[in-house]
Amino acid sequence: MTRMSLNCPMPQMNYDIITLGHGSGGLLTNRLLDQMIFDLFSNPILDERHDGAVIQANGPIAFSTDSFVVSPIFFPGGNIGDLAVNGTVNDVAMCGAIPQYISLSFIIEEGLKMTEFWEILLSIKHTCDAAGVQVVTGDTKVVDKGKGDKIFINTTGIGAMHPKANIHIQNVQSGDKIIVSGHVASHGMAIMSVREGLSFETEIESDTAYLNHTIKTLLDEFGTDIHLLRDPTRGGVSTVLTEIAKVRSLGVEIIENNIPILKQVNAACELLGLDPLYVANEGLFVAIVSNDQAESFLHRLRQLEFGEHAAMIGEVVSDHPGQVLLKSAIGGRRVLNMLVGDQLPRIC
Amino acid sequence: MKYLSEYRDPHMVKEYIEELNQIVTRQWKIMEVCGGQTHSLVRNGLLEMMPSQIEMIHGPGCPVCVTPLGLIDKAIYLAEQDNVILCSFGDMLRVPGSEKSLLQAKAEGAEVRILYSPLEAVKLAKETPEKEIVFFAVGFETTAPANALSVIHADRLGLKNYSILTAHVLVPPAIEAVMQDEESHIQGFLAAGHVCTIMGMQEYYPLVDKYKIPIVVTGFEPVDLLQGILMLVRQLETGRTELENQYSRVVRENGNPKAIETILQAFEITDREWRGIGTIPESGYQLRENYASYDANRKFDIQQGEVSESEICIAGEILKGIKKPKACSAFGKECTPEHPLGAPMVSSEGACAAYYHFSAITSSESIASK
Repeated sequence: MTRMSLNCPMPQMNYDIITLGHGSGGLLTNRLLDQMIFDLFSNPILDERHDGAVIQANGPIAFSTDSFVVSPIFFPGGNIGDLAVNGTVNDVAMCGAIPQYISLSFIIEEGLKMTEFWEILLSIKHTCDAAGVQVVTGDTKVVDKGKGDKIFINTTGIGAMHPKANIHIQNVQSGDKIIVSGHVASHGMAIMSVREGLSFETEIESDTAYLNHTIKTLLDEFGTDIHLLRDPTRGGVSTVLTEIAKVRSLGVEIIENNIPILKQVNAACELLGLDPLYVANEGLFVAIVSNDQAESFLHRLRQLEFGEHAAMIGEVVSDHPGQVLLKSAIGGRRVLNMLVGDQLPRIC
Repeated sequence: MKYLSEYRDPHMVKEYIEELNQIVTRQWKIMEVCGGQTHSLVRNGLLEMMPSQIEMIHGPGCPVCVTPLGLIDKAIYLAEQDNVILCSFGDMLRVPGSEKSLLQAKAEGAEVRILYSPLEAVKLAKETPEKEIVFFAVGFETTAPANALSVIHADRLGLKNYSILTAHVLVPPAIEAVMQDEESHIQGFLAAGHVCTIMGMQEYYPLVDKYKIPIVVTGFEPVDLLQGILMLVRQLETGRTELENQYSRVVRENGNPKAIETILQAFEITDREWRGIGTIPESGYQLRENYASYDANRKFDIQQGEVSESEICIAGEILKGIKKPKACSAFGKECTPEHPLGAPMVSSEGACAAYYHFSAITSSESIASK
């Protein structure tokens, strides 16, 4: 994915930067909303211009919220805008739901360039369209220079549960197979590569992506054979697996050699002494699938959007309950634990 | 990855393990000096794969672990000054001082930055003339050239707002300290490959002669480590005491002369306190007199109260290989990577943290009995 260009012309604004007045609720706020947001995201619910959105819901719904504070706000493979949409869309999808609507809240530090804000808005729009979700409510606040860091975004997503979904950690059984949907550790290392003091010869791109269409197809076809779905963001794959092992009092065994990772990402991890299994992902999911269906699930996933590099990395076992064991590349074993503290701060 | 995958080849690993099994006839205590080697042994599951007669003792070669409490307090004190930006390698941030860690100080408003190179700190000093930039210069001989270069570079640029808080330690005196401790019964050493990449092998011949002990300069990948251990066990089994080089693809007899020259231009040897061990004579570097204005210790009037270590922590015995992490009553209980009582639990290269993170496979029975 390349950084979006400003091919959609920015509305004529009187200011080059966001000022405190743009968050005052007065004239400037209205102008900002009218000219930059309402037009771009126009849909019948948003066009009502209420403080909240009125939506139809039948049956169970999934509901998730997330705040995005990534630094820098533009990074290889994406920006804070598409990250904020993908992150919440994926959280709703991981519940076994089909995300439909999102809210969009900005906390902007005064001084943010209008052109940067517009670029973020465009990529939010682009990602919402691609993921098939609508922005139906939102908010904009502006804080003094130095009291924020350019822009923070909160998104909340809502979606109806897929009728065939039965995603519960309690459904995880001994014998289930563990499948990851693609290369691990790309997002965290992409952010790391643009932090001060580091530069790599090859560019590493974030994997930020909406996974809802892929998840929906898999739920259509595999239904209750999918026991658990998780997106391993902060804390990485390791943290997801550790949680499963602890909560279910089952063991997890994974094979280091089966874990898909891009060559340049692996090299960067080696160089910086980071374990890729603890590095964040933003367009990846871990699926725990019944033993019977695991092979066909993997085969199907590899044909779907963002799933071509999927791999089966291990299984759930009854031995060593509560522990995740990794069979190392050379045939040794080690225990994986949850991450203590942050390996890399502010990556999403 | 070229030059990496070859050294993680499972077939070679298997061959070395088999050969070790064939030649080992009795119990041997071997110390890997370097924390990077400890980390690799545990991370790759090598300890479990090796013959039970070979006991690996994890040495004091983790700079984060041996940096004295008082110096960490100094770094925190400096970071808390309004006009100071304290720069450090990431690992030092979680190390607890006597009251808090640099990370806690950062949360309270101190300006602390994680950098991967001291030269970045010099750049920061140039770009931020209104602030004092202090680099927390920890490490063994490996990081010394870059830290020395940062001072030389700052001096050339005429920067007045750059200094380093030095905590440099040296490997050979640490080996001596271990050998002189009557309680440690180490029979052979794996010397740290990267330290020798800089310093070469010359300093190790006198140790071999004086203590009649085999030393093998060893790398960090699984195949490196097993080959190093095999070379050492062959010596032990045949009664030889020699200095050998397993890591010959990187380590030269004379090391890296340019790097050594850079070190000696900026640093001189001094006595150094090691956390958990005490003061070891001539075991560290400090800046030479002509670079004194770049020495944060001399540049700033640092206020410091009494410092005292946790009473239950047995870090010293662990660093000298007298005890294993699991022999500590606080291991995994009062002392965890989240709440470390002592330094070896802090850094991922510390022996306690390495054990905590990577070993301890429980069987179904031991969980059931809890």
